[in-house]
Amino acid sequence: MTRQRFACLFLALAVALLAGCRGGRSKNELTLAGSTSIQPFADKWAEVFMERHPGFAVNVQGGGSSAGIQACKSGACEIGMASRELKADEADLTKIVVARDGLAIIVHPSNPVRGLKVAEVKQIFSGDLAGWQAFGGPDKRITVVTREEGSGTRGAFQELVMGKTRIFSGAITEDSNGTVREIVAHDPAAIGFISLGLVNSQVRALALDGAAANDANILNGSYRLVRPFLFVSRGLPTGLAKEFIDFVLSDEGQTLVREEGLLPIR
Amino acid sequence: MDGTAKKRSGTRLERNDRLVRLALLVVAFSAVSVLLVITVFIVGQGTPIMFRYGLKSFLTGTRWYPSENLFGLWPMIVGSLYVTVGAMVLGVPFGLSCAIVLTEFSSKRLRSIIKPVIELLAGIPSVVYGFMGVVILVPFIRETFGGPGLSVLAAAIILGIMILPTIISISVDALQAVPPTYREGSIALGATKWQTVKMVLLPAARSGIIASIILGMGRAIGETMAVIMIAGNAAKVPGSLLDPVRTLTSNIALEMGYAAGEHRQALFATGVILFIIIMVLNTVANVTASRMKGAKK
Repeated sequence: MTRQRFACLFLALAVALLAGCRGGRSKNELTLAGSTSIQPFADKWAEVFMERHPGFAVNVQGGGSSAGIQACKSGACEIGMASRELKADEADLTKIVVARDGLAIIVHPSNPVRGLKVAEVKQIFSGDLAGWQAFGGPDKRITVVTREEGSGTRGAFQELVMGKTRIFSGAITEDSNGTVREIVAHDPAAIGFISLGLVNSQVRALALDGAAANDANILNGSYRLVRPFLFVSRGLPTGLAKEFIDFVLSDEGQTLVREEGLLPIR
Repeated sequence: MDGTAKKRSGTRLERNDRLVRLALLVVAFSAVSVLLVITVFIVGQGTPIMFRYGLKSFLTGTRWYPSENLFGLWPMIVGSLYVTVGAMVLGVPFGLSCAIVLTEFSSKRLRSIIKPVIELLAGIPSVVYGFMGVVILVPFIRETFGGPGLSVLAAAIILGIMILPTIISISVDALQAVPPTYREGSIALGATKWQTVKMVLLPAARSGIIASIILGMGRAIGETMAVIMIAGNAAKVPGSLLDPVRTLTSNIALEMGYAAGEHRQALFATGVILFIIIMVLNTVANVTASRMKGAKK
């Protein structure tokens, strides 16, 4: 076979392979992607919505707030989920607040420390303080657990607690709320931060500056670590996306929110 | 009549032969072209930032804070190295010993039990290894040795177990490929079985065993899922075996989902570094193997 024929065949194959790459999604399918904090609640909303509207499919994916915003910008999903405020270069997206959530600082249930000052939490996460003894805890080195940089939960934590100080590089980094909770639940010397709505009996949420971590204290303002849950989209949402968001913002959707442990928007 | 019939079937056979050869060539080309496309893409995306940021500060910088445009890869390079060396320290002695036992010191029945079990080990997905690590190994390390449990040690142990099937099966093939006359000759000269293994068989199977070690090393360096689950992913050079560590592969996997702009290019650059490390390792090992082969002859 001649060299030209080889080249032609090679090109033909490449073209054939590339022609197979095509996007496209049906109008009856909606994809949400982003924050792992919002993900379990979005799952719940999706479940109820699909019961009400058979024939429509709502898919919920994780990946973290920044990943969700990127996916929404690139068109990979219709609705992005973010558990932090949008940055300047993301401001061209339409954002809708669907719930509010507290940020909980969690420790192992066996840890005698019940509360900390926010300044102390900042010291711990910046790597300044090494042992629990400084707070009346056991004589152990503190295992600091944080989230990956694209996490909305981490973004909110950075903004509300750390300010300009970096979270130190020796902190264990995990990629979802669930994993952080798992690690803290099994390590008596660990401390981490997760969505308040995801705190369960496996971990204990610390009181901050004297205020216990519960909805009442968030509403009266004494517990100050609160962040919005946002749904973002390119331009105003239309079609199935609009219907889903209307459902989430309706009384029924917001009651679901309260039942699951989040704070409604009103 | 006879002549024309023979000519027709000859042409048909030749044509079929050519078609089959063509089909195989097309398949081979597509595999190679995929590799080429990947390489070109990664190198294209990753090299500009390495030179823009400064190659030295990229490779030796100790701070990785993408949100502040700080891209120092050194902690991850050291992390990959520590974890791979740890995996080799565990995997090679155990794997090689197992291969020797399987070929020289076990009955046919024992072999028929152990070999399938090892092949089963190879089929376990890495997520399951990671899961076992998190549930069993990490708490054990934390309670026995201290520290968070998510550590270099945990990653080295799990990776060591993961590369065992690779090292064992290729070493077994290498040992079985040694001609039986070597064994017989050695025993005839009065050597014990272990002396035979140590001084005759292992040197004879050396290139195959080295090949198995290279492949195991390649697997250890490239493993991502299990390592993310058990190594702790702290972007800091580990001070001890019990400190958390982040490897080059984990770095890419943790951040690729949301990285944009320069951050994304930095991750591609991490991919380029990985490519280079693996190529260097493979070349060094291949040269060593061929040199040994040459020296033996």
